[in-house]
Amino acid sequence: MRLQILDTGHGFGTKALFSFIQLVSRQPVLDVVKLVSYRPDFYGKPMSKVTQEVMRGPSSWSVAERELMAAFIAKTNRCEFCTKAHSAVAQRAFGDRRSVSNALSGLDTANVSEPLRSTLHMLGKLTREHTLNANDVSAVLAAGASRQQIEDALAICFVFNVIGRLADAFEFAVPGPEAFEAGAKYILTRGYR
Amino acid sequence: MSNITEARKALVARILEGAGQASRADRQAAFHLSSTAGPPAALAEKVAHDPAGISDEDIAVVRASGISEDQVFEIVVCAAIGQASRQYDAALAALETVIGKE
Repeated sequence: MRLQILDTGHGFGTKALFSFIQLVSRQPVLDVVKLVSYRPDFYGKPMSKVTQEVMRGPSSWSVAERELMAAFIAKTNRCEFCTKAHSAVAQRAFGDRRSVSNALSGLDTANVSEPLRSTLHMLGKLTREHTLNANDVSAVLAAGASRQQIEDALAICFVFNVIGRLADAFEFAVPGPEAFEAGAKYILTRGYR
Repeated sequence: MSNITEARKALVARILEGAGQASRADRQAAFHLSSTAGPPAALAEKVAHDPAGISDEDIAVVRASGISEDQVFEIVVCAAIGQASRQYDAALAALETVIGKE
């Protein structure tokens, strides 16, 4: 973590909570947790409300599909922490490790629905090029995604284009797979609150 | 996802208009990339367009210009949310263009 305040600048209660989490999970506290817990009224609380609504609120995209979108956006942004974190959540949500890694490594041949494939392509372009045109959106509608599904996916793109930038700027530590597995289990049980 | 619009508005209002250790003007500048001069502007630009390329040196240069860690934290958050917001708004506008033609 590049800023010391984000690593060790939390209040006594939060530090005690971190110690408890480490004791119970036997894993380090993830840097994303340290970030949202630092002066949470500024960023952590209002951002968590957005993230919870986007990732767990009503949508015709499943939780697994939304987590795959998060991982795909992170991979497009070359954010190692976010890619590993949300791949772990998506794999657990799908109950299928291979389909997630296939979608991330070769979307055109991955075993996903056409609306999802087309939506992921759109999110990739938006993340890479920072904008979309009408043809990009028309292609997703033509593949069978609804307007609401596109709006929901764009909101996911908003969230993970924020978090990925923060992970890179603050240099989140990338722990081993066990820590991401523990994080995925927690996220699927408790959400982003 | 009916609550997203309101939740996003609340987030943006909080980081730009609420209390902070960086001035509101500096947070607005980072969000909108509206300043081109000085180390904070350079960091905000990198957060927006080359986040994977940010180095310890980029942060050190901003700190050496007299900006505290808390101010760096706020500036980086504002720059990240600003860039993601511009992308989101551009994509929604493209969607509206298509839907409007149907």
